[in-house]
Amino acid sequence: MMTVGHFPILVVMVPLMAAYLMPVLGLWRRRLCYPLATVSIFISFCISLVLVRSVMASGTISYHLGGWMPPWGIELVVDYLSAFMCITITFISLLTVVYSENYINKELPTGKTTLYYTLLMLVIGGMLGVVVTGDLFNLFVFTEVFSIAAYALVAIAGKREAFIASFRYLLMGAIGTSLVLLGISYLYAITGTLNMVDLSVRLQPWYGSSIVSAALAFLIVGFSIKTALFPLHTWLPDAHSIALSPISVMLSALVIKVGAYAIIRTLFTVFQPGFITEVVPVAPVLTWLAAAAILIGSLFAISQTDLKRMLAYSSVAHIGYVVLGIALATEMGMTGGILHIFNHAMAKGCLFLCAGAIIYKTGLRNISDLTGLGVRMPITAAAFALSALSMMGIPPTAGFFSKWFLCMGAIEAGGWIFAIVILLGSLLTAVYYFRVLYVIYFGEHKHVEQVGTDEVPPGMLVPIAILALGCILFGIFVGIPLSVVEPAVRVLLGI
Amino acid sequence: MTTVIIQTISRIMVPFIQLFGLYIIMHDLVSPGGGFQGGVIISASMILLALTVGMSAAGKRAPHASRLMLISSGAVLFAMAGVICILAGGNFLEYSAVPIPMMSASEIAGQLVLAVGIFIGLHNMAAFTTIVFHLGEERE
Amino acid sequence: MNIDFILVNFNYWICVILLLIGLFTTIAKENLIKKIMGLNILSTSVLLFLVSLGDIEGGAAPIIVPGVEVDIYVNPLPATLVLTGIVVSVALTGFALALIIKIYEGYGTLDAEKLIKG
Repeated sequence: MMTVGHFPILVVMVPLMAAYLMPVLGLWRRRLCYPLATVSIFISFCISLVLVRSVMASGTISYHLGGWMPPWGIELVVDYLSAFMCITITFISLLTVVYSENYINKELPTGKTTLYYTLLMLVIGGMLGVVVTGDLFNLFVFTEVFSIAAYALVAIAGKREAFIASFRYLLMGAIGTSLVLLGISYLYAITGTLNMVDLSVRLQPWYGSSIVSAALAFLIVGFSIKTALFPLHTWLPDAHSIALSPISVMLSALVIKVGAYAIIRTLFTVFQPGFITEVVPVAPVLTWLAAAAILIGSLFAISQTDLKRMLAYSSVAHIGYVVLGIALATEMGMTGGILHIFNHAMAKGCLFLCAGAIIYKTGLRNISDLTGLGVRMPITAAAFALSALSMMGIPPTAGFFSKWFLCMGAIEAGGWIFAIVILLGSLLTAVYYFRVLYVIYFGEHKHVEQVGTDEVPPGMLVPIAILALGCILFGIFVGIPLSVVEPAVRVLLGI
Repeated sequence: MTTVIIQTISRIMVPFIQLFGLYIIMHDLVSPGGGFQGGVIISASMILLALTVGMSAAGKRAPHASRLMLISSGAVLFAMAGVICILAGGNFLEYSAVPIPMMSASEIAGQLVLAVGIFIGLHNMAAFTTIVFHLGEERE
Repeated sequence: MNIDFILVNFNYWICVILLLIGLFTTIAKENLIKKIMGLNILSTSVLLFLVSLGDIEGGAAPIIVPGVEVDIYVNPLPATLVLTGIVVSVALTGFALALIIKIYEGYGTLDAEKLIKG
């Protein structure tokens, strides 16, 4: 009956079914929403682990929905990159859902708990649908699913600034997906198929015509709005800083990475790597934009006084690293970019969870108010420090390896200036993170009577600790993620 | 505007609109339309009622709990239809694999498409009614 | 550019003009509701382009009637894709209107210039 062969669709359907059941469950017993969410994401996580093992054993898995052969039917293709993204998404989502229980009970009015978990399951299910599909229109539909749920999750915070931030995100995101749909319809008009692998074969005679260039332009711009690449990043600082902390984690760590995944699929699976570097040089343009994103994001982050806004601008900078790695289109560069997806997800997830823990306990958001936190909340502060070190790229944390691969890839592609930009970006990252660490550990105590530790409950502390340990462990044992990323890069580049 | 003429006419129109929506849902296989379109038409009848008779009176006809139940059950039944196909041995949503007695494989596919269309129709009529009722409810 | 170039491709011209009108309305108008209307026009133009791809001149409706010989059918796939797109567009519009109601309750104005200033 249920064999391993059905797991590509099950990894998407389990969170989506939980989302469908959640409203009725919330109407009946509201306290059951959190267990349903946790159990379904845990099942998805286990299915992702099985998927990774079977992809590494037997290569790309192809699953035909409805029994129809591709290209007439929708095909789900799980290759190394898809399995890697599945693991990342389910791992970070599981920790976020576990963290959400205490946080939501305090910070969100009780009437909205059911809605929060429903939307969270929809975001996770939509993202998993994007990464396993092999059909371009299916990608568009799942992109809309998680996007609309993400707009709603930004607005669920309830403050009036959250509505403005969500509206801005909605406007830019909706224009982005409309442009994506236009690009997809151009590709459908000239080839008659929507399957990604089939498109890459049928587009070959059309390379060099203006319609293919227009389709490529629309697709890249549309997905760049989703992934907040400079200069289309202006929705990100408001949305990520005003949202609730678990939602900031989902947005910064996962949602913008899925946009980058869509760019990878467009550039390397639908179009050939040779096309995007030589015939229509869109990859060099993306490298320059990514370099600008790194520098400008870091510069803006230095001037922020609000902790979460600083972390949001840091996300703008680090998505620049990811897109730089992708657009370099060399083996080492792409390894660095894709590895940075995982490392940044862990580190930024931990940072936002720590910021949420600080807000939960003290309600403080301003950096200069965080004095003495190293004594009052030692585990949170230590996790913050460890993740900040990983973001800066200090060995032996995980961030060092992805930045090393990126530098090597930049030098391999002949772009010395990008290696300089990467190092300069690390320096600027160090500036704004060390500022926060200085205030936390060496700031003068304002209140003399704060002695003893006053930590957050263990439901919030365990995800923070797991992510911080992951930053160190996946740096020391970097071979574990690399064993999935390196075959993924070889498949994408066609080597 | 809620004059007597408009209220009377819309009260008469509502069952006909719902019947037409049901017709579009049931003739999924042979004519344009299907689950989604029919569901929207049925919800349009409830919206017409809400516009003319008043949101509170229309809200009694479509209470919140039953709307949520319809939304959830429509979506869950659709997903279940796919999972039943997995349990019967085919892929997800492979309708021809489900063994129903006295029907050939292609007939099963047709009937299951219609069944899924009915579930989607249920889901849609509740969902669109919920959207418009939430947008139009009285605020202080 | 002769008149034939415009007449043969007039569905593409309509879509381009609607796309630009929608984009301009979304960007340049200040009232939030007008921005949402512009977004709707933008989505409609893209969906119109997609659905006009399916029509073949002289094609019959894509329903097999037993006993009737037809050489070419209209492509039914773009209509299905556009249906999905319409659902997405409606959900987006519903959510955006709900947000606008909340913004109005919070700020008292729907003017984008005043809202940006805070």
